[in-house]
Amino acid sequence: MAQQTEALLSPEAVLAEFKKNGVTHVVWIPDSETNWLYLLMDADPSIDLVPVSREGETFAIAAGLIIGGKKPIILIQNTGMMESGDSIRGIALDLGLPMVMMVGYRGWTRHGPTPDSAARFTEPILRAWGINYYLVEHDSDADRISLAFAEAEKNSSAVCVLVGDEYHGFNR
Amino acid sequence: MINQVDLMNVVDKYRGDAIVVPTMTGTSGWAQVTKKPERDLPVAGAMGKASSVALGLALAQPDTKVIVFDADGSLLMNLGSLVTIAEKEPANFYHFVLNNGVYAVTGGQPIPSVDTISFSGIAEAAGYAASFEFEDLEDFATRAEEVFNTTGPVFICVKSVPEIQNEPMARRQRPAGVRGTKECITDLRESLGTS
Repeated sequence: MAQQTEALLSPEAVLAEFKKNGVTHVVWIPDSETNWLYLLMDADPSIDLVPVSREGETFAIAAGLIIGGKKPIILIQNTGMMESGDSIRGIALDLGLPMVMMVGYRGWTRHGPTPDSAARFTEPILRAWGINYYLVEHDSDADRISLAFAEAEKNSSAVCVLVGDEYHGFNR
Repeated sequence: MINQVDLMNVVDKYRGDAIVVPTMTGTSGWAQVTKKPERDLPVAGAMGKASSVALGLALAQPDTKVIVFDADGSLLMNLGSLVTIAEKEPANFYHFVLNNGVYAVTGGQPIPSVDTISFSGIAEAAGYAASFEFEDLEDFATRAEEVFNTTGPVFICVKSVPEIQNEPMARRQRPAGVRGTKECITDLRESLGTS
């Protein structure tokens, strides 16, 4: 049991990474993985939540926050990332801002067979856009979030953190 | 119907240090008017996201007014943003929509429900703190001070004269005075001290 717990990605570890990197705003839309993280973020006065109506808004709002001197992170699911195509093109890529997006990897089976086209298309689409990405599956991967922030800042670019923990830990 | 440059000349009198975010045909109009280009951030394309960029700026700089010159077709592409903006209640947010009834940059095709839609009604129902509608320049000039003294988010629908473009994209040239978004970002960050 202890071993299983160790293998999970806890929302506490994710929030700790946000705070370590000075995140001021989480621009987000709920998905099935993030409710426990939402409750933690909502209770934390250092994090300002910006809930949106549709995922394409997140990249534009984050751009305005960055230009205005804040440090946002985008929190959406891979389906929403696909919906955001022209915002990613016209804002995240064209404007050259240090933007980190954390994307729930719906359908992730650790590269096993998956019936979910959302999973099959996620990495090919990121590669087509030229967006580098890191996979986070459990707490020992959480520091890859810091890696993403450092890379985004260094290259003034968008970097993606894929959350491959759909049905346990992250959602308890 | 109001000519956009005439409208913007009135807005400029009340601008102060406000950040201005124009999009689509409003970008070339504002370029003719602005006296503080270092506080301007034109946003092109991305399916109507100027108001969303402006929301981020307004949240990051709560002591600075942010004025958006949105377009009606653009707003329809990002209509949910009205609810997002209302939720965050940015007191410094002034959202103009140039309601010319057409997709001006693609040749002037009508927007959906052009004869019946009420943008100011939608904004009010979404939860904006105040919503205005103007179709006469004198009326706007008379009430502009009231508009900018109103706590945001404020929505201002302006029945405006279409400025239709019908040149294929590949043959279009950037209008005089219009700067690229990346150059504007650099200048704005320097002006805000956020470089």
